Amino acid sequence: MNASALIAEDEPLLAANLQAELARAWPELRIVANVRHGAAALEAALAQRPDVVFLDIRMPGLSGLEAAQAVSEDWPESVPLPLIVFVTAYDQYALQAFKHAALDYVLKPVLPERLAQTCARLRSALQQRRERGINTSAALEASLAQLRGLLAAPGLGAVAAAATSSPLRVIQAAVGTAIHMVPVADVLYFEAADKYVRVVTAEREYLVRISLRELLPQLDAQRFWQVHRGTVVRADAINTAVRDESGKLALTLRGHNDKLTASRLYAHLFKAM
Amino acid sequence: MTPAAEDRATDTPVQRRAQFAVRGLRSAGFGVVLAACLVLAFGFPFWSTLAHSVSIAITCWFTIDTGRLLVARWVHRNALPGSPEAEGRWPGWPWMLPIILVGTIIGFSVGSSVADWITGRNSPGYLRGSWSEGLALLVMSLVPGLVITYWFYSREIIAAKEAAVQTAQRQAAEHQLKLLESQLEPHMLFNTLANLRVLIGIDPKRAQAMLDQLIAFLRATLSASRAARHPLGAEFARLADYLALMQLRMGERLQTRFELPGELEAVPVPPLLLQPLVENSIKHGLEPNVAGGRIDVSAAREGEQLVLRVRDTGTGLGEAPRGDSTRFGLAQVRERLATLYGAKASFELVNAGDAEGGTLATLRLPLPQTTAGA
Repeated sequence: MNASALIAEDEPLLAANLQAELARAWPELRIVANVRHGAAALEAALAQRPDVVFLDIRMPGLSGLEAAQAVSEDWPESVPLPLIVFVTAYDQYALQAFKHAALDYVLKPVLPERLAQTCARLRSALQQRRERGINTSAALEASLAQLRGLLAAPGLGAVAAAATSSPLRVIQAAVGTAIHMVPVADVLYFEAADKYVRVVTAEREYLVRISLRELLPQLDAQRFWQVHRGTVVRADAINTAVRDESGKLALTLRGHNDKLTASRLYAHLFKAM
Repeated sequence: MTPAAEDRATDTPVQRRAQFAVRGLRSAGFGVVLAACLVLAFGFPFWSTLAHSVSIAITCWFTIDTGRLLVARWVHRNALPGSPEAEGRWPGWPWMLPIILVGTIIGFSVGSSVADWITGRNSPGYLRGSWSEGLALLVMSLVPGLVITYWFYSREIIAAKEAAVQTAQRQAAEHQLKLLESQLEPHMLFNTLANLRVLIGIDPKRAQAMLDQLIAFLRATLSASRAARHPLGAEFARLADYLALMQLRMGERLQTRFELPGELEAVPVPPLLLQPLVENSIKHGLEPNVAGGRIDVSAAREGEQLVLRVRDTGTGLGEAPRGDSTRFGLAQVRERLATLYGAKASFELVNAGDAEGGTLATLRLPLPQTTAGA
């Protein structure tokens, strides 16, 4: 069966051009979707399950990096993770991070010779994968590690977006006409909810108008762990972590009945000492 | 002798002492030259003339220079520590003339006494000879005193001016570089080139038009910091170039609307004043928005003021602070307005209050008198 690919690029001309160049460099490659933003990329990827995903870094909605994170978190266990190729016009941080993580990338403007090299590498990677059978756990862990490295890269990942000098101590949450001062130390977990963040304490919960991406750098990374793209939990509020068959972890909390899920991207945080 | 608080100067105390000593040596050198002239021109005895000339020159210099520094410090006693006034070592000519007069009299008397003691001879002084002789001597020593003081003064003024010019040039260059970096964002440039590369293959005419717009944008950006003003019509044309480039990239996600009344087209404005605002609207308002939006750029006359507005229908101002580049862009607009118009101009950036949402930036500048009537 021929390999399939997804293109996510917000600029229409460049998206069409990448598809045309790919048709020249790799005629057998089937483009299953060509979308304009990150959320559409996630949706199309999960629906079509392509072998290769070309992701522009800067896209409206979810960035390329966030889309890659979401794809790897929601990807079904039975299918091997797609090979991800990032596309960027100019990102000094990104290029460093890609080289460091040994990830493939394509620069805009797309040059045919460079794209041919990338296609050759992708073909041999897919070939190897077929010969060795379905996704070995080692291969999966290797690609997850690559992605983790990318997400933690300075100036690129969400965590390092704007590391502040001193961590946030109090969350100011509006409730009706009042502002509630919620000590960060009392927070059990934060959960992304569209443009808001749900702030959950043992007693009650609040909605704060900030994105998790903006909030994360203001938290003490030692105390608050990101366990999913939409969840940040206070480490000492976690009671147990139980692994299920899909590689995800179910977390129970102290003093609260909510159950949280840690994605396989963050499963490495939970290991017996 | 020097209070510690006043040592905070561009020159260190060691440098100041060295400069003081150099002035002393120069004065002594002048004494030697003067003695040589007197010996050659009037046949004065060599050794005693040299001793007198050098000793008087040094004492005059010492008295005048010390007097100058003390008076300068007294004159600037109320200046803020660290300010240029506090570091000034020049009390002004109204103070310097009496200092030179008194310094010369004291210097001449003490200097000639010292020279007498060294050579073991008596020489005529202000108080020992006749009135006319004393006056002649005073004038003879006052003139060099004035000349030398003026010479030292000019040297220091020139040095200070050169230093100030260098600092200003360095700051201007740094600012220009930062401005260029913010305007010629590499990401924008490479994406535009990538689009251009595609267009050349499929629509050469449009590619050419795009290239023309890119050229006009680059030219305006590169000369923006050099030209002090350009007509508002040109400002709108450059913004249209930039937005046309962005439109090619963003497709239907970017719509634009310009509103420039004909009577305002010729009003001179600082070049690319609105550019950072339009860029912010794209970068923070429309680019993150999946559906995109519209940017309105408008000019209007309200009384004696020119009101410029940049409005987008994007995501609006969040509660989270925006990044460094945004702050630099906004700070740059504020700074330029403050430098050029002072309190007569204003700038504000708020969430647009209507149903379409997004942000609204409003600039108010005074209309120049000539165009206000035209």
